[in-house]
Amino acid sequence: MIRHTIGRLAATVFIAVVLAFFTLPMLWLASAPFDATPAITTSIPEFTLRNFAAILDNPYALGSIRNSLIQGGGAAALVVVLAALAAYALSRVRIPGRDVLLYVLLLLSSVVTGTAAMVPIFELATRLDLIDTHLGVILVVSGGLLPAAIFILKDFMDETPTTYEESARVFGASSLQILRHIVIPLVRPGLATIAVWALASVWGGFLFQFILLRDPDKAPGSVILYTLYTEGGSPRLDLISTFSLLYSLPVVAMYLFVSQRYGFRFHGGIKR
Amino acid sequence: MRLPSRPAVIAVLTILALSSCGSGAPTGGEDVTLVIAANSISGGKNSESADWIKRWVIPGFEQAHQNVKVLFQPSGVDDEQYKTKIALDLKSKAGADVIDLDGIWVGEFAQAGYIKPLTDVGGPAVDSWEGWSQIPQAVQGLGIFDGKKYGLPQGTDGRVLFYNKTLFKKAGLPDPWQPTRWEDIFAAGARLKAAGVPTPIQINAGTAMGEATTMQGVLPLLAAAGSEIYTDGKWTGASPAMKDVLGFYQRLYTSGLSDPKLQQEAKGRDKSFAQFAAGKIGILAESDYFWRSVIEPKAGVAPMADRDSAVGFAKIPAKNPGGAIRGQDFASMSGGAVRVLNPFSKNPKLAWELLAFMHSAAATKSQLAGQARISSRSDVNGEVLHADPMLEYVADEVLPITAYRPGLAVYPQVSVALQEATAAIVSGKSADEAAAAYQAKLEGLVGGADHVAR
Amino acid sequence: MNTDAAGLGRARAAGFVLPALVLIGVFLVFPALWTIYLGLTDYRLTGLAAADPQVVGLGNYTRALTDPRFLSSLWLTVVYVGGSAILGQAGLGFTLAWLLRTRAGPLRRAVEGVVLLSWILPSTVVGFLWFALLDRDDGTLNALLHTPGLGWLLDYPLLSIVVFNVWRGTAFSMMLYAAALENVPPSHLETARLAGASVPQQLRDVVFPLIRRHVLTNLLLISLWTFNDFTPFVLTGGGPEGRSEILPVYVYNIALKGGELGVGAAVSFLILLINLVFALAYLRLLRGRRRAAGRPPA
Repeated sequence: MIRHTIGRLAATVFIAVVLAFFTLPMLWLASAPFDATPAITTSIPEFTLRNFAAILDNPYALGSIRNSLIQGGGAAALVVVLAALAAYALSRVRIPGRDVLLYVLLLLSSVVTGTAAMVPIFELATRLDLIDTHLGVILVVSGGLLPAAIFILKDFMDETPTTYEESARVFGASSLQILRHIVIPLVRPGLATIAVWALASVWGGFLFQFILLRDPDKAPGSVILYTLYTEGGSPRLDLISTFSLLYSLPVVAMYLFVSQRYGFRFHGGIKR
Repeated sequence: MRLPSRPAVIAVLTILALSSCGSGAPTGGEDVTLVIAANSISGGKNSESADWIKRWVIPGFEQAHQNVKVLFQPSGVDDEQYKTKIALDLKSKAGADVIDLDGIWVGEFAQAGYIKPLTDVGGPAVDSWEGWSQIPQAVQGLGIFDGKKYGLPQGTDGRVLFYNKTLFKKAGLPDPWQPTRWEDIFAAGARLKAAGVPTPIQINAGTAMGEATTMQGVLPLLAAAGSEIYTDGKWTGASPAMKDVLGFYQRLYTSGLSDPKLQQEAKGRDKSFAQFAAGKIGILAESDYFWRSVIEPKAGVAPMADRDSAVGFAKIPAKNPGGAIRGQDFASMSGGAVRVLNPFSKNPKLAWELLAFMHSAAATKSQLAGQARISSRSDVNGEVLHADPMLEYVADEVLPITAYRPGLAVYPQVSVALQEATAAIVSGKSADEAAAAYQAKLEGLVGGADHVAR
Repeated sequence: MNTDAAGLGRARAAGFVLPALVLIGVFLVFPALWTIYLGLTDYRLTGLAAADPQVVGLGNYTRALTDPRFLSSLWLTVVYVGGSAILGQAGLGFTLAWLLRTRAGPLRRAVEGVVLLSWILPSTVVGFLWFALLDRDDGTLNALLHTPGLGWLLDYPLLSIVVFNVWRGTAFSMMLYAAALENVPPSHLETARLAGASVPQQLRDVVFPLIRRHVLTNLLLISLWTFNDFTPFVLTGGGPEGRSEILPVYVYNIALKGGELGVGAAVSFLILLINLVFALAYLRLLRGRRRAAGRPPA
């Protein structure tokens, strides 16, 4: 019993250390935006809200967050819907070589998300007339995210019981009805997790967004963040820290919403 | 998944709405659209330049040309990323009509067929432009490749040694200070160190500083040692002059006069600015950009309220008097941006008119409004530069002795090789080791020892 | 076992998979194959080789494989993946999932919250956060440890980015293992505990056999992601002297800074092959034993 208590105490200490480790880097985001003279260091701020006024003066700042929402939200929706359909089918029907196919796609996605694929992606978007469109960004980033999303969701669907589907089928439900009314509710936390993952991946992306878009009124926050430098490449920390905070808020809000509503985890409510 | 489907709908609607007013094709028949692209953006990088295009160029040009609509396509990112985007645009025969480029990219863009000589695009009107007579030959060189004019230079700059007069006084050093040989720099550094200055001298080194190492360090010193990086079709390898430069670095970074760690940090250059402004660095080699944008008392990145009285500037001396390029006593390096015409423009003649309009005396003066900067036009410089002693100094004293980088596609890689050579010294290698490694790397880059002079 | 409970049938299943496959075909497979083709040419973004690229066969590959910078970058990447993904993220993620499994309340929510927040913050923002933490002159860490002037990113660049990536990516492993551990019936653990099994024994004999497939999925994905992780560039730029130049950063320096897209594409393909080697190793280690134990394959 004593061993157990000591063990639990040690575990609590460990968890506290982990908590500190994960919290520490975030302090800058809490202090710098409110500091009159922010530097690359966390300090007790000389409190001001002037930085927020300055960033609101930037003609692209707020619009870029809206653009991030369009592109990130669009990609997240597309990835979740397509991956859910594909993962469900792959999970329930045996297709020869599906595991190998999935893994090959996963490997190829690593090529396409790298710098070297820049020219093919750009030329492809040019030929499909997708340059300077939100849709172009959404399709390109979704292509890179889909294999991993299908891979994760298929694992997930493999774990959900099939008995409900069997009974529904007996009662004459169509497969789309089964998917919508039985499977989706079961895997909803997984779908929500994938949606947040996809959104977060798109949210920080810079290179493809930058080369695919022309009009700064369509540029997402990641691109605008890179413009907050001077001619000689020095970061304007007052603007960057403040914008970083504003720009992180939607993702955090989405996470809070999802974790409140669906739970943020990789498993459904019912076990096989 | 009810929730995310709404952004998707919004996305589709936005695309439909926006694509109907796209920038490319003229809509009516007589209406013409011209697009300007530059690496500047309102509220971000080079904000003034973006505001100038929007508030002065576009209204002015549209007023003079009815039926012409001018659009501005800002970027405001890292130069390499901007270059990539412009190259991709031109490669697919698209992009803006008038495009900002760094002068150093002209050669590689021309070699790739992305840009054409101005006369080939804009027609005979180009040669009869009034502005040519106002732009000094050396500055025109920024837009010239293989003897042909590809772009109009926007302005230029020059490298000098900035020094902190307060620290100099503390160390008993004279003001004004003008070293006449490299030894004078080391001597001043030693006095500063003795007076307790943490980092007496900052000459950029290493790969983290990127092109700032090459432009603010290696190349001016190489010119001061009597050599250029590319002459008569050959690249300078581990020549005596190059070894002098690397020896300079070795002495600097082994004598405690400079901080090696600062050169390795990803944000080392920004820190060097902050340290100079805080009075921790005595001597710093930079371009006039440092004066007008970094330590500028009001809007600088590392503002110094007493800049005008506390900061001095001196020319970079030859290793020994008379030992710099062309037998000079001093040396510097210059660069600058140019504007080019898109050879795939649908309205090339009109695009040239816009370009010429942007480089007229009135336009140049308007662009400078409020800030002193060295423009490409002598007539404008004569009027505005006396407002700022430092820039006047660069225009009068530095530009006549300066040199420019070769605009060839392989230059960026040669530049990296130079940065690596200085990085090796900063981390403790000897000048000879660094020179040998540089020579080997250079031969690989430029296609063999035949293209390297040593 | 997967007996088509929903009565989907092959045709309808194909219909479900098709939209994803079309998108993947156009925006992933096609550009990926194109990139692999570029790896066989001397293609550059600008200059003469941009106007007229030549096929150089395996030249880029032999060049990369004999380039000491590539080889050191490869070794750094293997250490980076091994340290930050396999040991760090998977290890810490599992430990957290295991410790938090029996807890509830504010501590658990706080830990899960910050771990997930580290995962979803935009990568550009994260770069600045870690600068503020590790800075040589006035970094928060030096202030806390009373080690002024210690340049973490300069003296321990690889360790710094390894720790950084543990911070960045543990959330995924934690979530995956939390889900996996729900598959372990508490009664099994209780039985083992009463039989006197220590925690390591419980983990080895009871837990691990049940979550083996999750471990496989987890390792496959986090290795792949870490191999392609470009974020450390924001922190160290690959320096000092290439001591943190992992392969994605190497590709960026070659392809975007140096403009050598052909070589960059070739190295991208080499990264793919290395990922494949890792994947095969995982499959052998985890799935092979599973068959031997007489359980049905996944």
